[in-house]
Amino acid sequence: MAPSFDHLRDEDLDEEDFDMDEVDISDLREKYEVQLEQGYDTFVVVDGLPEVNADQKPKLVKFLLKKLNSVGRVSEDSVYMPMGDNGLSLRFAFVEYSSPAEAAAAVRQLDFTPLDKKHTLRVNKMTDVDRYGREGRIEEEYTAPKIEEFQEKEHLRSFMADPSERGRDQFVMFRGETVGVFWNNEKDQPENIVDRQQWTETFVQWSPQGTYLTSVHAQGVLLWGGASWARLRRFPHPFVNLVAFSPNEKYMVTWSNRPISIPDSGHPALSLDDDGKNYVIWDLETSKPLRSFAQQDTPATGDDPAKKPAKFPWPAFKWSADDKYVARLNQGTSISVYELPKMNLMDKTAIKIEGVMDFEWAPATPRRDGVKTYEQLFCFWTPEIGSNPARVGLMSIPSKQIVRSLNLFSVSDVKLHWQSDSAYICVKVDRHSKSKKSQATTLEIFRVKEKGVPVEVVDTIKDTVINFAWEPKGDRFVIITTPEPVGAVAVAPKTSVAFFCPEKAKGNAIGNFKHLRTLDKKNSNAIYWSPKGRFVVVAAIANTQSSDLDFFDVDFEGEKPEGEKDLTANLQLMNTSEHYGMTDIEWDPSGRYVATWASSWKHAMENGYHLYDFRGELLREEAIEKFKQWSWRPRPATLLTKEEQKQIRKNLREYSRVFEQEDADRISSADVAVVEARRRLLLEWVTWRESMEEELVEDRAALGLPEDPVAELLRQKTAAITPAAGEEQEEQVVEEIMEEVLEESEEIVN
Amino acid sequence: MRPILLAGHERALTQIKYNPDGDLIFSVSKDQQICVWFAHNGERLGTYRGHQGAIWTIDVDPTSTILASGSADNTIRLWDIKTGKCLKTWDFPTAVKRVEFNEDGTKLLGVTEKRMGHLGTIVVLDIEIDVEAEQSDEKVMTIVCDESKATVAGWSYLSKYIIAGHEDGSVSQYDGKTGDLLYNIPIHELNQPITDLQWSQDRTYFITASKDKTSKLISAKDLEVLKSYTADTPLNSAAITPKKDFVILGGGQAAMDVTTTAARQGKFEARFYHKIFEDEIGRVRGHFGPLNTVAADPTGKGYASGGEDGYVRVHAFDKGYYDFLYEVERERQNRLAAASA
Repeated sequence: MAPSFDHLRDEDLDEEDFDMDEVDISDLREKYEVQLEQGYDTFVVVDGLPEVNADQKPKLVKFLLKKLNSVGRVSEDSVYMPMGDNGLSLRFAFVEYSSPAEAAAAVRQLDFTPLDKKHTLRVNKMTDVDRYGREGRIEEEYTAPKIEEFQEKEHLRSFMADPSERGRDQFVMFRGETVGVFWNNEKDQPENIVDRQQWTETFVQWSPQGTYLTSVHAQGVLLWGGASWARLRRFPHPFVNLVAFSPNEKYMVTWSNRPISIPDSGHPALSLDDDGKNYVIWDLETSKPLRSFAQQDTPATGDDPAKKPAKFPWPAFKWSADDKYVARLNQGTSISVYELPKMNLMDKTAIKIEGVMDFEWAPATPRRDGVKTYEQLFCFWTPEIGSNPARVGLMSIPSKQIVRSLNLFSVSDVKLHWQSDSAYICVKVDRHSKSKKSQATTLEIFRVKEKGVPVEVVDTIKDTVINFAWEPKGDRFVIITTPEPVGAVAVAPKTSVAFFCPEKAKGNAIGNFKHLRTLDKKNSNAIYWSPKGRFVVVAAIANTQSSDLDFFDVDFEGEKPEGEKDLTANLQLMNTSEHYGMTDIEWDPSGRYVATWASSWKHAMENGYHLYDFRGELLREEAIEKFKQWSWRPRPATLLTKEEQKQIRKNLREYSRVFEQEDADRISSADVAVVEARRRLLLEWVTWRESMEEELVEDRAALGLPEDPVAELLRQKTAAITPAAGEEQEEQVVEEIMEEVLEESEEIVN
Repeated sequence: MRPILLAGHERALTQIKYNPDGDLIFSVSKDQQICVWFAHNGERLGTYRGHQGAIWTIDVDPTSTILASGSADNTIRLWDIKTGKCLKTWDFPTAVKRVEFNEDGTKLLGVTEKRMGHLGTIVVLDIEIDVEAEQSDEKVMTIVCDESKATVAGWSYLSKYIIAGHEDGSVSQYDGKTGDLLYNIPIHELNQPITDLQWSQDRTYFITASKDKTSKLISAKDLEVLKSYTADTPLNSAAITPKKDFVILGGGQAAMDVTTTAARQGKFEARFYHKIFEDEIGRVRGHFGPLNTVAADPTGKGYASGGEDGYVRVHAFDKGYYDFLYEVERERQNRLAAASA
């Protein structure tokens, strides 16, 4: 019964007697007590000073001020050095800075700096001294930290060992809200390895050697891997947008368009220093941040104010091939090269290159002829400034020597394309005529491995070159050109695809680059070489009019046209295909398969994927609602030596015989299984039908209904329309003549 | 073989029905006309005029004597097939979305729309298959669908059950005599309406089509899902082919989205699936709008499809269709032939 006023007990009303003091509220007081501003945030305590007397004191203070002023503003008055009873100083001083930030900087930068030969400064925040220095705050006795017992971790490269022993490749698919990793099964349904809802918030990405799968969340980046797909690393960069790994998976850079803001309560990984920064460089092994950077505003392109500067250059930080350096372009002025793992600016200063527009590291550690010392190379270019010509340069790091440079005139734009072994770099130069009315493109190829780095001019192309791609590990390339610049036209202009290769030359030398063939009137706009070279897909992607795929072989084993006898390529179109609405293409790391997909990120039409083999044979197509992303899992470089690889290539026939047999066995056993299943289905159906029919007949009989419900009705109707029994009914014959004109032709007869 | 194109309607088709002999095709559309055609050459035999609104549904009695139609003018009308005379009009508070005769043509069910405060219902009328007879005004039975309105309904074998498909994707089984709800089972994805329900020849099982892009073959007795066919587009209609073990599915991007997509995008194709193995066998193109209705010739010689584009396409099957057999089917056929010999 609910208490009502009528039968309230007297005790319930006795609130006056309540003794406030009896209640213990110390826990609440502790929890809610207002933290008054301490006011000591601008103070630091400097320890480790020499012992001085009153006469020496001003001298010491003056000397000390020099040091202290390097990080902030301090006057003589704001240094308080207490003196002991014996007239000597107590070897420490209180210093007041003008702001807490300066005090923090002093702690960071002056702690452990030497004052002179004998004395080293120790600088601490006043508040820290109060917090940790008080008695009882820190335990007197040292207790050794507990060292976690070593636990064997999962093998992160276990994905290389396909349990079916077929050397299949893995890929990740992101569709709807689900991310799944699969084994590629060619024509058959891909075999699922792991499938998780909401695994990522925006996209997934493999690390460059396939060890980790990256998922991106508002709180940061997570890395997953191993056989159990456990979470391996955490990089809490709030509101991270993009991630880039160093080529050897040692480091990572994350970027967010929102500057980091460290809350008062602190951040698990980042410190106050990182406040306001956009980029963070992380060490992958320890998941610790190495250094953070703020975003630079790229200056708007001078002569054309209408042209907006690129939103942000990505990747802003570019890695050298061996993870030793990471560099960032300061557009128009310099390139900052940082040394890893310390992330210090190399030689403490950025490399000044006036006007520098872009640079690219050599994608592999270069091996120049006659150069024995360690080096990494990057290529950069500067536009024309005043009467100075435009320049393309090749710089060696760490020596900062320019090993080759090339002057160019009438340059409107330059693009740098390294070949994957760093054997060549192709500099695509867009030039304008003096009147700036007509455009032409030249391709200048630096032969990096040859003595003196000779430069070869390949061709002058009248049209605009919209795409360029080197054959990986090879020396051939493909370009796509278009007669009109791609602009705001509704229909993309027709394009031409041109193939280039070196001439045959004596010995091991590589001959001059020559034009091989041009295919006109295409819609293609993208080039995808097989990662193993030789095969190339030229396609029209993200194009509403056309979505053609052309599969080429540049080492066709058939007859070679007479005119191309001296060239080191034999071009053959193997197959063409079409995938309506495709937005992306990717080769698998083994160069055996090509996946094309239509992502719902770009449009909502026919989302799904196609899978082709390297010859362009369609193996599989699947339409999947809200299909977003496909990504093949990369593989690390092979461990086999050149000789071992050669040996395998020599015995390829024997290997393939074994594999073909295995494939045939597998397919036939799968076929048997399918037939078995169908036989079972058919039998089940027939049995169900027989039992149903039987039941129906029984039911009818039980209800006393005729076997055929309409037979009687039809008989009655026929009787009604038949005039009279016995009377001969005239049978009516309906004849119909159909005439169809198959073809009509007119001939003039003389 | 080339299909016969019936271009008699001015607006989107809503339903097509063959008569039991397979020689006549009845088609209704939103243009307020019922058309009847000769199945073998596509010649129009006549029209039935009288409805004042879009016609949603049509059915023909088993003796091809009378015709029932349901319309957005809130009526069910009964017609004399031969003369085109309107025999009877029943009025309802809302539009009629589906009519169907039972197997001996003595009863007719009608599905009424839920609108303007009226709940969706399934009504049953007594019918006399006689053009001279006076039809009864009285509704023998009214089933009220208070949970989710029925979109389609039909009579099972022996008129034992009334099976209804609902807007929420579920299928109900009602007692054919009392109208009691026996089962209601969620068959299709929740809140994806069932758009069609068509019977096998003996009415022991039926096929449903749904906006959830699937079609299911279901047993009438216990509502067990026997087979499931998955398409890549919302489905509007599904039919079971007699003689051969196939099903025909029709659909396409919703009519309102059609103008925004290219024709190849719309997936305006009739799809053939193997009834038992659930594999897609083939597609027939032709319509340039979604397929609203498909109907199989009861004699197994062809099928007709009606589209949002206003056309009816009548296809006769060719030899390849009759010869098509799975290896296991051929095997069984040979075994049966050997046993009977």
